[in-house]
Amino acid sequence: MYRSDSPGLSRLLTPILQRHGRDATRLLQILREVQDACHSVPAGAIDLVAAHLDVPRVNVEGVAGFYSFLSAHPAGEYRLLFSGNITDQMLGKDELMQYLCNKLWVEPGRLSEDGLVSVDSTSCTGMCDQGPAALVNGWPLTNLDHNRLDLIAELIRSRKPVADWPPMLFEVADNVHRGDVLLGQPFEPGAAIRATLARGAKETLAEMDKSNLRGRGGAGFKTASKWAFCHAAIAEEEGGVICDVGGQPERFIVCNADEGEPGTFKDRVLLNSHADLVFEGMTVGARVVGASKGFLYLRGEYRYLLQQLEAVLKRRREAGLLGGNILGQTDFSFDIEIHLGAGAYICGEESALIESLEGKRGRPRNRPPFPVTRGYKGRPTVVDNVETFACAARIAENGGAWFASIGTAQSTGTKLLSVSGDVARPGIYEYPFGVTVRQILDDCGAQGRSYAVQVSGPSGTTISWKEFERKIAFEDLPTAGALMVFRHRRDLFQAARNFADFFAHESCGFCTPCRVGTQLQKKILEKIQSGHGTASDLEELKRLGHILKTMSHCGLGSSAANPVLDILEKFPDMYESKLKAFAFEPAFDLDGALETARKITGRDDEWAHL
Amino acid sequence: MSERSGRGPHPIPLPHPQGASPPGSRCFAATTARQAGEGEGEAVSPAGDAKKIRIATCSLAGCFGCHMSLLDIDERLFGLLELVEFDRTPLTDIKHCGPCDIGIVEGGVCNAENVHVLKEFRKNCKVLVAIGACAITGGIPALRNNLDLWDCFQEVYCYEGGLECGQIPDDPELPLPFDKVHPIYEVVKVDYFLPGCPPPADAIWKFLTDLLNGREPKLDYEMLHFD
Repeated sequence: MYRSDSPGLSRLLTPILQRHGRDATRLLQILREVQDACHSVPAGAIDLVAAHLDVPRVNVEGVAGFYSFLSAHPAGEYRLLFSGNITDQMLGKDELMQYLCNKLWVEPGRLSEDGLVSVDSTSCTGMCDQGPAALVNGWPLTNLDHNRLDLIAELIRSRKPVADWPPMLFEVADNVHRGDVLLGQPFEPGAAIRATLARGAKETLAEMDKSNLRGRGGAGFKTASKWAFCHAAIAEEEGGVICDVGGQPERFIVCNADEGEPGTFKDRVLLNSHADLVFEGMTVGARVVGASKGFLYLRGEYRYLLQQLEAVLKRRREAGLLGGNILGQTDFSFDIEIHLGAGAYICGEESALIESLEGKRGRPRNRPPFPVTRGYKGRPTVVDNVETFACAARIAENGGAWFASIGTAQSTGTKLLSVSGDVARPGIYEYPFGVTVRQILDDCGAQGRSYAVQVSGPSGTTISWKEFERKIAFEDLPTAGALMVFRHRRDLFQAARNFADFFAHESCGFCTPCRVGTQLQKKILEKIQSGHGTASDLEELKRLGHILKTMSHCGLGSSAANPVLDILEKFPDMYESKLKAFAFEPAFDLDGALETARKITGRDDEWAHL
Repeated sequence: MSERSGRGPHPIPLPHPQGASPPGSRCFAATTARQAGEGEGEAVSPAGDAKKIRIATCSLAGCFGCHMSLLDIDERLFGLLELVEFDRTPLTDIKHCGPCDIGIVEGGVCNAENVHVLKEFRKNCKVLVAIGACAITGGIPALRNNLDLWDCFQEVYCYEGGLECGQIPDDPELPLPFDKVHPIYEVVKVDYFLPGCPPPADAIWKFLTDLLNGREPKLDYEMLHFD
C-alpha cells in the first residue's frame, strides 16, 4: 500500500502532476493516469493530487470515488472487466467469465491473493457486434471464447505486459454493412470548412436551419436552434456579464463521444474511420457560434482510439484545418482537446459531461440554464453528438436542401444504427430516416425469427414482433442508434434484469428517487428471479416506475423503468411464468438465512428453523 | 419552549362520520381494510367497547425510539385513548397479538423470533405500518450486514472484554440471528411506511388521525424532512 509520504509514490506521480500543471479541470485526467500507474488511486495519491492542485482533499476523493475505472483498492496489475451488456450475456459472457476466474484462481470482483489480477463486470463496452468483449487495463478485447481466454490466462500468469500481447486479441472491426451519406461517400478533409468560409457563418447557420438536422444523441433537438442560441447567448454571472474576449464571452464546442448507452457503438466507428468528418463538423460549428476551443469527450472504454485521434488532430493542424488562422482566415482560430472519461454512463448527459470536463463528479446540473447559455466554465457551450457533427459537416459541404431531401419531413437525413443481438450480421447500418424495423431485421439477417427489439438501448423502447412495421424516426421510434434483437424463446426477463442492474449501477446517486428507486427495482427483479415473486411485486414495479419517471433529477432516472415496464406490458408472461403466488411471499429464503447461525451455534432445535 | 407552548392543546379531530356506524365499516385507507367492505361490521375489537379501534405495536430490531416518539404526542394520548385501545404493546405488556385494526412495527428483522412476531402481527392486523428507519430499511442494526456473522459471534461471546472462558451459546431460548438484517417489507406485506429516525411525534399523530378518520394518510414535506 502506498502512503502519501512514501517516496515511491511521489516519484511515480511527480511526472504525471507536472505534465498536467495546476489546472483543476485536469483532475479526472490526472486520476486516470494515477490509476494506470498504481493500479488504484491510493489515499496517499489523493493527498498528493489535492496538494498539487490546491483543492480540498474531499473534492479529489469525491471524483476518485465517482468513476468506475478509478478504484480505491488495488485492482491488480491486470484488471479484466467483462462487458456486461445483455448482448454479451447472450453470447455466453457469464460462463466465460467464470471460466477465466477458475483458470486464474480468482473470485469475480476480488483481487487475486498475489495481487496480480482481478476479474469483474462492467457496463457495455461498445463492442456488442463482436462480443463477448472485455477490457484489460482499459484496452478492448473482442470475440472472446475459451481458446482466447486460455491464451489470456497464460499471458497473465507469465506476467507479459499488455502492450506485448498478440494484437489479434485487440482487433476491433468496423463491421459497416450499409453506408449512406455519412459512411458511404468519400470526404475530403477541409471541404466543409472551405464551403463554410466561402458561404459565411450566418449563411451556414441558415443552411443548417434549412436541413432541419436534429440531434443524433436521441433527444432530437434541432441543431440549428442550439447553435443559434449559443451564438446569441450572453454569459452572465452574479454581478455582471462575462466578457472574455472583445466584449464577448468565450464559447465552447463539445463533442459528446461518451457513447455509454448499452448496445450503441456507431460513434466508435465514426471516430475510428471518419474522424475527419467529425472534427470538421466541430470546426464548422465553431465558426457558426464563434468558438475558439472545442473538446471531444471520449468515453474511457474507447481510450484505444486516443492515439490515432490525436494523430488526426495533428494532421489537421499541419494542414491548416485546426489551430490559429484556419485556412489563412485571420479571424478564425479553433482547436480541439480530447478528454477521456473513466466509466460513467451518466456523463453522456450533457450537463454531467460538462461537469466531468471541468474535472468534477459527473453530476447532472439543474436545467435551465441550459449549456447553450451556461455550459463549460459557465460560458455558452454547444454539446452535440458525434454523429450530429458528422452530419453538420456534410450539410456545410452539400447544403441544407440536399440534406432535407433525405429521410422524412420531421426526421431529415440518415441514421446510423448499431445492430446487435440475435442477427446473422451484427454491425453498423446507415439508413435514411423512416426505415421500418422489419426492413432492418431483414437486412441484418434476423430471418424472421425475431421476437423483440430493444430500440435505443435500455433507456429507449422495447417493441414486440407486432410492432415491426414501426419506423425509425423522431416521430415514431426515436433512437440514439442502438438496436438489440432478441429471437424467439429468449428470456426477456433476463434482459429486464440486466437493464435494471445497469441503471442501479450507473445512477449517480445525487437524487433519492433514482438512487434508491433503481436499487429497489433491481431488488424486486432479483426477488422474482429467485422464485419469491408474487403478483403484488409486479404492482410494486409499476408504482416504483411511476416514481422514477416523475421524480428523478435527470433522464437516467426517468428512463430507468422503461425496459422493465415495457417488457412487463408487452411480454407479461416473461414475468408471470416466474411468479410463485398472487399474495405476498418473503423476498428471501427465511430458513436458509438461518443456516449460518445454525452452523455457528450447532443448534438444530425447533426454534432454529422457520 | 415557546414553540412547544405555542402549539397548545390539540383538538381531537376525530369525528364519527356515520354517527354510530361500527368501526368495521369505517373506510381505512388501506386496501386490506377496504376489501372488508361495507356492512361487514363484525367486531374489530374483541374487548368490550366495540367502538374502539384496536392497535398493537412492537419493536423488533429497533431501539424503542419510535415508541418513545409515539409517547411524545403527550397530552394528545388521552384523546387518542378515547378512540383506541391497545392490544399487544410494550405499554400493556400483552405477550401475543390478537385480532387488531392497526399494527405498528418498529425495527427490522434480525432473527427468527422477529419473524414469528411479525407474521403474528400480519395475520392479526388489518393494516400493518412500518414505523421508522429500521423497519423500513433495516437501519442501524443493518450496519452489521457488512460483517461476517461468525465474526459477530466471536466478538460478542469470545473476545469481548470481561469474558472468561467465553463460548458461543446454543440455548434454544435465544433467538437465532439471520445472516443479515432485513427491512420488514421483505418478510411480510406492509401497507404503510412512516419514515423518520424516529418519525416526529407530530408525524405519528397526523398519520394516526388520518388513518382513524378513514383518510389516506398524508404527511407534508415539513413532517418528512429532518434538516
